Amino acid sequence: MHVPDGFLDAPTSIATGVVAAAGVAVALRKSRDELDDRTAPLAGLVAAFVFAGQMINFPVGAGTSGHLLGGALAAVLVGPWTATLCISVVLLVQALFFADGGLTALGTNITLMGLVGVFVGYAVFLAVRAVLPRRLGVVPAAAAMGALVSVPVAAATFTGLFAVGGNADLDMGEVLTAMLGWHTVIGIGEAVITGLVVSAICTSRPDLVHGARRALAARAADERTDVTTSEVVA
Amino acid sequence: MGAGHGHRLHFHGHSPVHRAPAHLKILGLLAFVLAVVATPREWFAAYAGYLAALLVVVLVARVPIPFLLRRLVIEVPFVVFAVLIPFIAQGPQVAVPLPWGDLMVSESGLLAAWGILVKGTLGVLASLTLAATTEPTDVLIGLQRLRMPDLIVQIMAFMIRYLDVVTADLGRMLTAMRSRGVDPRAPRHWPALARTLGALFVRSYERGERVHLAMLSRGYDGRLPR
Repeated sequence: MHVPDGFLDAPTSIATGVVAAAGVAVALRKSRDELDDRTAPLAGLVAAFVFAGQMINFPVGAGTSGHLLGGALAAVLVGPWTATLCISVVLLVQALFFADGGLTALGTNITLMGLVGVFVGYAVFLAVRAVLPRRLGVVPAAAAMGALVSVPVAAATFTGLFAVGGNADLDMGEVLTAMLGWHTVIGIGEAVITGLVVSAICTSRPDLVHGARRALAARAADERTDVTTSEVVA
Repeated sequence: MGAGHGHRLHFHGHSPVHRAPAHLKILGLLAFVLAVVATPREWFAAYAGYLAALLVVVLVARVPIPFLLRRLVIEVPFVVFAVLIPFIAQGPQVAVPLPWGDLMVSESGLLAAWGILVKGTLGVLASLTLAATTEPTDVLIGLQRLRMPDLIVQIMAFMIRYLDVVTADLGRMLTAMRSRGVDPRAPRHWPALARTLGALFVRSYERGERVHLAMLSRGYDGRLPR
């Protein structure tokens, strides 16, 4: 799934590199608000978790397989800025140690998966969560919606980059249709897995889910009122 | 539990390439792939030159060529895409003579496919050579010398340190699933797989918290000692 060297021309690769560097620079400052001085060890372990999760391949059909991208999942679990850092480090390690994704395409990959994937996923998550009741049960559903939308949007962004800096004379309309169709299928898989994983963590350790803090605070407030009313009745 | 030394792509050796400072190797790799990507795809001779230069480095490093070739499988998805381009690209058609008759394909598409294949393959081969000749800790020191932000290097260091621990954790859980008749890849068993990934996240996060506390008790203040 990672873009290799030479897929996009040099100017496009450098431009996306600048975008990625700017995004990561902002994420470096903002992630301190999400995790304070725990950032390095926790983001490192979460990055290792994302890497391990990406190792599970799912058959997509036609002999190819896809794997979890994890942008929306990481954003809901640890917050979007830390998620951007985690995904960027995963991509850097994959490019330097596993030759997965080219070094000149690192900016493109970080822009697509670390910025577009994470923030589109998180924005949709916030939007869905805002219209639903403030309960823990809606968090996995909102996370699944975020994952469902983030994958085709990242694919459409890639198609846009390919139209600008791609090295092939293709009918971009057809490419966009094919990419969107294919990645909607992948997005459905991503959404199901993301929703189920978030639901599993919400059951055992909801306090670890960044996107569930609001629901937990609401529940704690409810419990406090319950206690006072029962004391009054007693 | 302990993470192994080196990593799967590392090939232990004592050649001049192995001993070269990591930051120079990273800069060299970056310069090489940038040059490859920026070279017009019609300059066929230039690519022969790039391949020759790469082969010299590999031979000096005494990394067996089959070791690198086996690891080229990483680029298979893009080979599939590149092979499709001549059939879906627009523009004038040319005939490719084949034993069972001429095959009509797009001329510009053929060139595009060649460009993607040769640039991608050279990039993967060069990255594999770096990975095969450089220990992870040396790459981290190299990135530090290249002024990579300290926090990124720290996150990378923790990720590399615990990568084998976390993947082995997942491996044990997947083995446990399979021994109970569950196929982790099958959609009908996705709920079980998702609970496994959820448990893996909780374990990894809690391990991160323990590591952080252990570091605090040893005087960690947000920076690693040099």
